[in-house]
Amino acid sequence: MIAEAGLAALWLAAALAALQLALACGLGGEQGKSIRAVRAVAVAQGLITLFAFAALVELFLRSDMSVLLVAENSHSRKPWLYKFAGTWGNHEGSMLLWVTVLALAGAIVALFERRLDHKTLGASLGAQASLALGFFAFLLIASNPFERLDPAPLDGRGLNPLLQDPGLAFHPPTLYLGYVGLSVAFSLAVGGLIRGNVGPAIARAMRPWVLAAWVLLTLGITAGSYWAYYELGWGGWWFWDPVENASLMPWLAATAQLHSVNVLAGRGGLRAWTMMLALVAFSMSMIGTFLVRSGILTSVHSFAVDPLRGTFILALLAIYIGAALALFGFRIAHVKEGAPFEIVSREGGLVANNLLLSVILGIVFVGTLYPLVAEALSGEKLSVGPPYFNSVASPLALALAALMLIAPQLKWRRDAKPILPRLAPGLLVAIAVLIGTFLLAPGIGILPRLGLMIGAALLPASLLPLVGRSLRRTPLPIWGMALAHFGVAVAILGMASDSAFTQEKLTAARPGDRVEIGPWLVEFRQVLPLAGPNWTALEAELRASRGSGVAVLRPQSRYFADPPTTTNEAAIETSWNGQLYAVLGEPSDQGRWQLRLWWKPFVTLIWLGGFLIAFGGTLALLGRVFRRQSHGFYRAEASR
Amino acid sequence: MNRLTRFLPLLVLLAFVGAVAWRLSSPADEKIQSKMIGRTVPTFALAPAVPGKPGLSSKELASGAPRMVNVFASWCVPCIAEAPLLAELKAKGVAIDAIAVRDRPADVARFLVERGDPFVRIGADPESRAQLALGSSGVPETFIIDGKGIIRYQHMGPVEPGDVPALIEQWEAAR
Repeated sequence: MIAEAGLAALWLAAALAALQLALACGLGGEQGKSIRAVRAVAVAQGLITLFAFAALVELFLRSDMSVLLVAENSHSRKPWLYKFAGTWGNHEGSMLLWVTVLALAGAIVALFERRLDHKTLGASLGAQASLALGFFAFLLIASNPFERLDPAPLDGRGLNPLLQDPGLAFHPPTLYLGYVGLSVAFSLAVGGLIRGNVGPAIARAMRPWVLAAWVLLTLGITAGSYWAYYELGWGGWWFWDPVENASLMPWLAATAQLHSVNVLAGRGGLRAWTMMLALVAFSMSMIGTFLVRSGILTSVHSFAVDPLRGTFILALLAIYIGAALALFGFRIAHVKEGAPFEIVSREGGLVANNLLLSVILGIVFVGTLYPLVAEALSGEKLSVGPPYFNSVASPLALALAALMLIAPQLKWRRDAKPILPRLAPGLLVAIAVLIGTFLLAPGIGILPRLGLMIGAALLPASLLPLVGRSLRRTPLPIWGMALAHFGVAVAILGMASDSAFTQEKLTAARPGDRVEIGPWLVEFRQVLPLAGPNWTALEAELRASRGSGVAVLRPQSRYFADPPTTTNEAAIETSWNGQLYAVLGEPSDQGRWQLRLWWKPFVTLIWLGGFLIAFGGTLALLGRVFRRQSHGFYRAEASR
Repeated sequence: MNRLTRFLPLLVLLAFVGAVAWRLSSPADEKIQSKMIGRTVPTFALAPAVPGKPGLSSKELASGAPRMVNVFASWCVPCIAEAPLLAELKAKGVAIDAIAVRDRPADVARFLVERGDPFVRIGADPESRAQLALGSSGVPETFIIDGKGIIRYQHMGPVEPGDVPALIEQWEAAR
């Protein structure tokens, strides 16, 4: 019954989306007057979709094996958390989650967006409804999550054991919330373009959504990176895998938009550019989902390939993105740009930020799709690996960080005061780091060295915009900006330190052998068998010591019977100045075991930085949301 | 903004959709052929892999008549599976040389005794250098090289009964 109720809810929600679109198009009378109806329908659509999603969650929790999706992706002996997370650990469930978030986002806009004029709001809600309608059709026609299986099997076919991890259980929903949060900015841009209203009002409506989506994407990417780091057992934290790139591209676009939307909201400038970024950010989200779900690019995150589904999503995104970009092309010529500004100004800095981010986005986009294009044109098979991305994207990212040393301190419109005194703290730190690394570590590469210099310089420089302000009266978004930029500095230091100072040892060790790595002396004690709820494992015991400190590491090689899979659980010892990372490999001859050890100085700063960036974004978001009650100081801020 | 700039993103999208639609309509062929096909055999000179049988050098692969080169190893299970089919090819008049990859003379000798020896020459390739130079990424693989020493055909994986006609056809074509 639950499955049938869920399916019925899905049909009803699709019908409501169609009604919402029709009302928004003006079929329900004068467009401005039908806004109440549009609002009510949007809220109903959101709630009913949420009900359908809850029904699917309930089916997974009950392990109802008469539902095909549950039987294929779950197992009654699986821990509770993974039954729950299994709801979205598969194609149909994740698409239902996607459309649920989309519909709920539309409902929230309908409920809380009170400042935008009714015609633009109506057009935006219509755009949101048309997005939802397409994805409802996709679910109902090509990916029904509620399909029954008759006869029901005795038990399910499990979940990919790599995905049985608490971090990963909440990684996809976080990213999805981010992706779909960008849909609101997309719909607002479409609504604004249709109504010819692309001024500061649209930007103010977009801003909290862009911020919230960006915070969630930042968290999702940071957590995903840490997951890949400890679960895949390869010692790396970013692999430029197509699926990773699929989450990075919307983040890059959202980061650019986050900055340009402030220029539009506060100064009325960068109109066409901000609208374009709103369209691109959500387009990248859809393209990312498509690339992951269609399996057309080879990746470690493999999902089943289904040509019908691939074609369906491709058609959807061609229609949505194509229509939006065509609308942009026809409408944007009539848009007037806002107040002019000089090159050396806050606006100038933000434009440079946007250009750099867009170029990085272009580089990642081209690199991700190049293998596909090359094969289509010349039949040649190739893959684009980390060397391309690292050598092209890293210098640009460092240039972006260098820009961050000064741009947030510039004044709006024009800044005639000398730059050097404001750059001095950062420059002094950079020079000190340059001298220090030449003396202590002369052999490190140029990019890691630059990374250490710029990262260190940015630590004080990111806080300079707070200097000379009354800290209690400094608005939250300024605090958020400083904190997020500080987080960027921390993350860059972690990345540079990891690539400059990491040590790696691969040994075939016998119990009793000792390996020296970094500051640690690691003794290989023994290997013992072990059993978990649905796996068996071999667990090594390593005793690592340095100075007076002792740590015991237990890396595992886990075997899951259903489906048969082996995973490596890395053991990680975190100390204040880095991580000792151990992976147990295959047994080799004469009682030896392959053992891989890494010493990674300050690598944790990468993820600490990521969380600081997200926290800064959260502060800014709180500031923007509370601003809706009280006006005042933002006016003052804009004219500062 | 001029018209081209305004519609540029749309053009990028069209290119993307085109490339992806092409991929969806022609699913990926996972095999990666050697880039050396159509080119001259790279220069190598391999010592004999077993005593009493000559080694293999690239000069002997440009002797005026086509040759088949089987890349194998005694430790490779699919190589055992294809051994009878190589014998069948030899019986049909195909001249087969071999490259033994990362192997020991005693093991190769035992393999030849147990599984048959259809090979004229066997070169030892202890570090996979000749194998990689040929553009072979695994064992077993089988190449057909024409009389001028140009690589004409690459067969990846073990030769199976259904593959024999295609190999004979390629062999005839290389004459």
